[in-house]
Amino acid sequence: MTVARFWRENEPRYNLTGAKCGNCGRLYFPPRTVCPVCHRKSIGKMEPFKLKGTGEVLTFSVVHDAPSQFELQKPYVIAIIQMDECIRVTGQIIDCEPSEVTVGMKVQAVIRKLGEEGPSGIIHYGYKFMPVIAPSAPEAPAP
Amino acid sequence: MDVGIVSYGAYLPRYRIAPQEIGRVWGSDGEAMSRNLLIFSKSVPSPDEDVITISIEAARNMMRRCDVDPRDIGAIYVGSESHPYAVKPTGTVVAEAIEASPNLTVADYEFACKAGTAAIQTCMGLVGSGMVRYGVAIGADTSQGAPGDALEYSASAGGAAYLIGAEKVVARINRTCSFTTDTPDFWRREGQCYPSHGGRFTGEPAYFKHIMTAAKNLLDAMGTKPSDYQHAVFHQPNGKFPVRVAKQLGFSEKQIEAGLLTPFIGNTYSGAVPLGLASVLDIAKPGDRIFAVAYGSGAGSDAFDITVTDEILNLRRDAAPSVKDLVEKKKFLDYATYAKYRGKIRMKGGAE
Repeated sequence: MTVARFWRENEPRYNLTGAKCGNCGRLYFPPRTVCPVCHRKSIGKMEPFKLKGTGEVLTFSVVHDAPSQFELQKPYVIAIIQMDECIRVTGQIIDCEPSEVTVGMKVQAVIRKLGEEGPSGIIHYGYKFMPVIAPSAPEAPAP
Repeated sequence: MDVGIVSYGAYLPRYRIAPQEIGRVWGSDGEAMSRNLLIFSKSVPSPDEDVITISIEAARNMMRRCDVDPRDIGAIYVGSESHPYAVKPTGTVVAEAIEASPNLTVADYEFACKAGTAAIQTCMGLVGSGMVRYGVAIGADTSQGAPGDALEYSASAGGAAYLIGAEKVVARINRTCSFTTDTPDFWRREGQCYPSHGGRFTGEPAYFKHIMTAAKNLLDAMGTKPSDYQHAVFHQPNGKFPVRVAKQLGFSEKQIEAGLLTPFIGNTYSGAVPLGLASVLDIAKPGDRIFAVAYGSGAGSDAFDITVTDEILNLRRDAAPSVKDLVEKKKFLDYATYAKYRGKIRMKGGAE
């Protein structure tokens, strides 16, 4: 992939920014410039829409025969995530064992390396999903 | 104008390796290394983590705790000695990923283990002078230790991010001072994969001299004594040095307890004092006074006198994982998997 092609898609990849049709209100990820339902009525009305980054696993697959860029991570999990905004996003599940992944598991988006163009090429970053960690409350705040 | 910490966030990879496992492979007494360094485990980044991803996660945790508009951030400085690119700033990706781009200044810092605190000082200057409303200072590393070298038992990964400003300050930085000399205790030449060090030379003339001098200079400047502080954080290349330097300065073990993380996560280099300070802020109460001294080989120390304000009660500390949460979220690796993840195995083709 060329440097420019990946760079153009940095915004949705870094921040899960999709698009909302100003005509019908439907959400799309990755972002679209035209709503496939409203067609010409949506032209000029597609607005950026940022997903919260949380959702749950709808279905998943464990990859054992990995492409070379993922050789160090196999076996790894690729899942379809039902985002809280009812959009479906495909992504890798990280920070847990494949045996721990279940349908319905709550996940949140994090940023990780997606790959790189060889040892001297550009490094690609983007979203992956990890199980939700519930932060603990701070210890005994003073009155 | 009170300049200080408006918010903070931390990040640690979940993988760990124990010194005993490293010693087993190299025919060394890992148990003795663990005892001598006071390190029970160190953090290890996964193959898809680097200083950019660690910095972003820490910065996002920082932003989750406050209501600051990222477009009001006028500067981002990332201190590290393991920036993924030799040329292309880590901060550019961080700025884009926290939506602070494009109207800000960004630069990467390097000063061994104290580049993160140097970034805090720069942000203090920019905020104090009115040049920016908020500055972000990050200290993060995925530090390197040559296979079999003593550094391999401690060099780890992690980072913390600080939002520096003058509004809704949760921890006022009363004063900072630095002490810097040309001391060749630890270095890495351009193009080299692993650093070199002067062995025992890294102790007395380097770590102890610089931390002690910076600390004493700050205590003198503030007219304070160690007992005036509830917490103290010192750079922690291993678990023993910070305990010893604290004792020499007159701080108790209780004062350094909350900020001493190296026994559990190893030396996170530029992340070390920023993470220790974040761990203290996780439990700090209004009025608490914090003394923090970073050390970077080469060599220099940055010392900080900090007072926690009432505003800490309004900070959403539970909106992001505490350092304790991150330390406790762990999975231990064997040496072979660690070597694979850290790129110590020569691979054919695309996987580096």
